[in-house]
Amino acid sequence: MDWGTLQAVLGGVNKHSTSIGKIWLTVLFIFRIMILVVAAERVWGDEQQDFVCNTLQPGCKNVCYDHFFPISHIRLWALQLIFVSTPALLVAMHVAYRRHEKKRRFRNGEKIDIEELKNEKIHIRGPLWWTYTSSIFFRIVFEAVFMYVFYYMYDGYQMPRLVKCDAWPCPNTVDCFVSRPTEKTMFTIFMLAVSGICMMLNLAELCYLVIKICMKGSRKTT
Amino acid sequence: MSWAFLRDLLSGVNKYSTGIGRIWVAVVFMFRLLVYVAAAENIWKHERDEFECSIKQPGCENVCFDHFFPVSHIRLWALQLIMVSTPSLLVVFHVAYRENREKQHNRKLYRNPGKIDGGLLYTYLISLILKTGLEIVFLVLFYKLYNGFKIPHLVKCDMKPCPNTVDCYISKPTEKMIFLYFLVATSCLCIVLNLSELSYLIFKYSIKCYLKRHMKKEQ
Repeated sequence: MDWGTLQAVLGGVNKHSTSIGKIWLTVLFIFRIMILVVAAERVWGDEQQDFVCNTLQPGCKNVCYDHFFPISHIRLWALQLIFVSTPALLVAMHVAYRRHEKKRRFRNGEKIDIEELKNEKIHIRGPLWWTYTSSIFFRIVFEAVFMYVFYYMYDGYQMPRLVKCDAWPCPNTVDCFVSRPTEKTMFTIFMLAVSGICMMLNLAELCYLVIKICMKGSRKTT
Repeated sequence: MSWAFLRDLLSGVNKYSTGIGRIWVAVVFMFRLLVYVAAAENIWKHERDEFECSIKQPGCENVCFDHFFPVSHIRLWALQLIMVSTPSLLVVFHVAYRENREKQHNRKLYRNPGKIDGGLLYTYLISLILKTGLEIVFLVLFYKLYNGFKIPHLVKCDMKPCPNTVDCYISKPTEKMIFLYFLVATSCLCIVLNLSELSYLIFKYSIKCYLKRHMKKEQ
């Protein structure tokens, strides 16, 4: 059980997404989840072991590490990916509900082709439009919230080489050295850039959906 | 044998659930199982190695760690996930039993073996009660074992063979606490979902029963 299940669920949603939605999904899988699993986890893998403080005082390293990294970047990214993927589940549930309704009508006697039902591409209209648009809106909100949390927690997006720590039981202000700061900074900036791209894709998709519905509305009235 | 088994089990249960039941499955997948595997496991991975006491006395660290963490949070979390998903098996077994019966008698005994009515309703309600009960049991266990959901930076240990009271430092206490609160929040959400589903089913079938009786009386 890992990101594979998420991939299976979101892949199902892919059929009913717009083109921009499909691009977003691809970017999410290739540039975020895959990078997280294949590369970023290794970079942060030894973070506390290789966090070294210039003191032999037992406990100082633990306390300093906890003070400067209340929640690790890698965990925040995992949570961000989970939260950002969750609104797509709303769409999947809505589509499943519609299919279920159609099946019910079929069982009650209406003539519907079962094969066609299975492969039918459900168009984004009516209540599904609202579900889809809300899911995109929530995605944007979650992305923005997490980007802000990163910025707020770590005073920007750069990983320092050295942090000065004077938490108890460290005897004085000690120098503590972070492992692989440059590599971590590069990955942080990369993940930030991809988050930004995903946010823009979501905004574009939102605008596209709104414009489409407005144009349909104006065509009906004329 | 891994979490994939649980995932397949829950997908199987999804077919016979109500709408709220499906939301419960989604919450368990996304916010509990996936968070556990993708994030939480790694936080507690080196908890023993990173537990450090301010003493060189051999054996002191072992004894202190064992005293303060009789069962690790992450193991309790895993047990909770497994126990809470298992009552749904009752429903799966009951549906399989119904289908088996139909095969044996070679005719249609039920309008739809997977529909929640008759005996299956009681099985479903029992599974909901068990799920809720187990969630509450584990939350209480967490609370009692660790004196609340806080993880201290430092614990003072005076077990033998530690010569005096020594300071022992826990690794990543803040991160562990954040994820513990996340666990508690998702457990509470699941309890609320289970209770809503329970009330919804009881209400729906009471109304059905009442209407049936009312119609019979009129006839």
